[in-house]
Order: sequence, then structure tokens, then C-alpha cells
Amino acid sequence: MSNESLDPRVNRLKLDDAGTVIRVEEGENWNVYEVFHQEKRGAHHEHVGCVHAPDPQLALVFAKEQFARRKKCVNLWVVRSADILAFDVEDEDMFANNLEKNYRDASGFKVMEKINKFKQSK
Amino acid sequence: MINNAALTDLIVKMADDELIQGHRNSEWTGLGPMMEEDIAFSSMAQDKIGHAWALYRILHENLEGEDPDRFAFVRPESAFKCSHLVEMPNGAYDFSLIRHFLFDHAETVRYESLRDSSFEPFQQLSKKLKGELKYHTLHANAFIMQLSRANEESYARMQTALNETIALAAGIFEPAAVYEDLLIDEKVYPGEKELYHRWLDRIYPILVKASLNLPDMDSITPEFGGRKGFHTTHLGPLLKEMGEVFNLDTEASW
Repeated sequence: MSNESLDPRVNRLKLDDAGTVIRVEEGENWNVYEVFHQEKRGAHHEHVGCVHAPDPQLALVFAKEQFARRKKCVNLWVVRSADILAFDVEDEDMFANNLEKNYRDASGFKVMEKINKFKQSK
Repeated sequence: MINNAALTDLIVKMADDELIQGHRNSEWTGLGPMMEEDIAFSSMAQDKIGHAWALYRILHENLEGEDPDRFAFVRPESAFKCSHLVEMPNGAYDFSLIRHFLFDHAETVRYESLRDSSFEPFQQLSKKLKGELKYHTLHANAFIMQLSRANEESYARMQTALNETIALAAGIFEPAAVYEDLLIDEKVYPGEKELYHRWLDRIYPILVKASLNLPDMDSITPEFGGRKGFHTTHLGPLLKEMGEVFNLDTEASW
């Protein structure tokens, strides 16, 4: 059964309900690009969303309209979403803090005293 | 002292090109080939109407011209000095993209030349529009490259659109009837002939990169007439549509 989607990319792919494996022809289907926005020079690029485009050049052009038209911007990065590697959701436990090792948290250090002492000795 | 009539003639033709091209491009809004491009093309259409407004304002403030809104919307067709290129209906996206490419590069060489104009408001305007024009041509170049390299059909369509548009685009550079030499001598701008050559130098390398063939420019006849108020049959209906709201109440303040 054919898919009745209004999205032309879905129709071009001739996706059906059977879940058969399809081959994506080069240039036929667009990539999704993640967009990173830089508000001022020297600031970090922050992830703001994504655009679809056939190549990185047009992804930049489209990103400029979607994410830099109203908001202050000095630069943008785009990167193919497929090129982003991420942890599995189930691996979230790796990031959990171990309460018995809180001496390793930077917030635990009391260093101002030492710094001030060092400054005075100069 | 620069001749006011000569300056007015130059500003009106530049502004009318921007206004009409802006309206034509805005007709794609909601119909663009994909959402991102729809937004990009519409946004540049707005820029163009903004350029027209800035020029009409220069006329109004420096050369005793009429209020920009009235000047844009209540003039008779014969008072418009736009080129035939911008009057053409949008056609398919290939034509609109090629027109955008040819027009925006022409616009860019023109405004770049105004950076050193003896008419001071032109210098400021040129500086102000620099970033927008850089983006418009970047967008146009990216699409020309993308489509001429995508597949045989898109390449053939781009080449056909280029062949059909080039004489119209050359018509942008129609010299002013009587003021041309005066404007050049007064260093207001370098003149249409010079801009035409700078434009060809600008578009040629991009077309080569896209493997598109620039038709033999000596064998084409530029479509002139627009600058003298002679227009194609497409301008009348567009002006009527553009002025529809304004003409409901020409005294309203917006």
C-alpha cells in the first residue's frame, strides 16, 4: 500500500507500509543539517534547530533565514545530522554523579583562601 | 552641482527595477519549492522592496520628489522606468532563479560603483545594502551551482532559462536617453556600458563553474525600452494588483 504523505520526500522514496528496505539515491533526497548559531564573536556556537538541504552550502543559506533573520548573529555552523554521534539513551546512568566521590566536584574546592594568600605573597 | 533631472532619472529607474522585481519575487511566497527556500526567497523579495523604498526616499528628501508610497503606487504605467526583465511573469522556478542570479549580480555591480559616487546619499546607501546584496548573490550562486550539477533535466532547464533570459537581462543596462554622459562626467556613476562589462566579468566565472554556457553576447539584442517608459503587456496588470489596496484610500496614512 502506498503512503499518502504530503511530504514530497516521502513520496519520492516510495515508502510503503511493509517496511521494505529502500535505497536513497544521491541528490534525490535531502539531508537534515543541525544548525549552530553564534551570537557574537568569541561566543560559543549554540544549537538552535535544523534545516533540510541538498548540500552544506544551501544548508547555510537556509539556516541564515530560519535562525539568523530576527536574532542577532555573527556566524552559523551547519553539520549533517547523520554525522552527529550520540550516546544511547539507556547509557544515561554513566553520567550520574557518585555521591561518595563529591570531593571530585569542582564546586567542592575551597580555594579562595589559598589564592588570596598567593596574591599577597607576590 | 549635479543636474537634478539626471539624478532623478537614474534613481527612478533603479528604484522601479527593485520595486517590480521585489513584487514579482514575492509572488512565490507560499508556493516556493520547499519551505526553507520559500522563506529565503520571500525575505529577499522584501529586501528589494526595501531598496526601492530607500531610493524613493532619497528622491523625496533630496530632490523634491513625491512621498514614496504615492510615488510607488499612483503613477501611470508610462512613468515607470523599470527594465523589461523585471516585468516578466515568474514562469517556472528555473526562470525565476536565473533572473534572480542575473538581476542581483547587476544590482551588486551597480551599488558597488556607487560607493565612490559624487552624490553623497548613494555612498551611504551602497554601504547599507552591501551585506544584503552579498547574501542575495551567495544564495543565487548556490542554487545555480546546485541545479546545474544535479541531473540532466535540471542542467538543461537552467541552460534554456539562461538562453531565454539573457537579452532581457542585458536590457538592464539601457543607457539614459540624454543624461548618460553628464552622470559619468559628474562622477555620479560609471555609466551603463561600464556596468554591463563589470556584470559580465562577474557572472562569467560562476557560469563556467556551473558548466553553463553564456550565449554569445555580440549576437543578442538587449531588450531596451523600459527606461523610456515603454513596457511589456505584463507590467499593467501587475501595477493594478500592487496598487489595489493603496488605491482604496490614497489619503490613508500607513
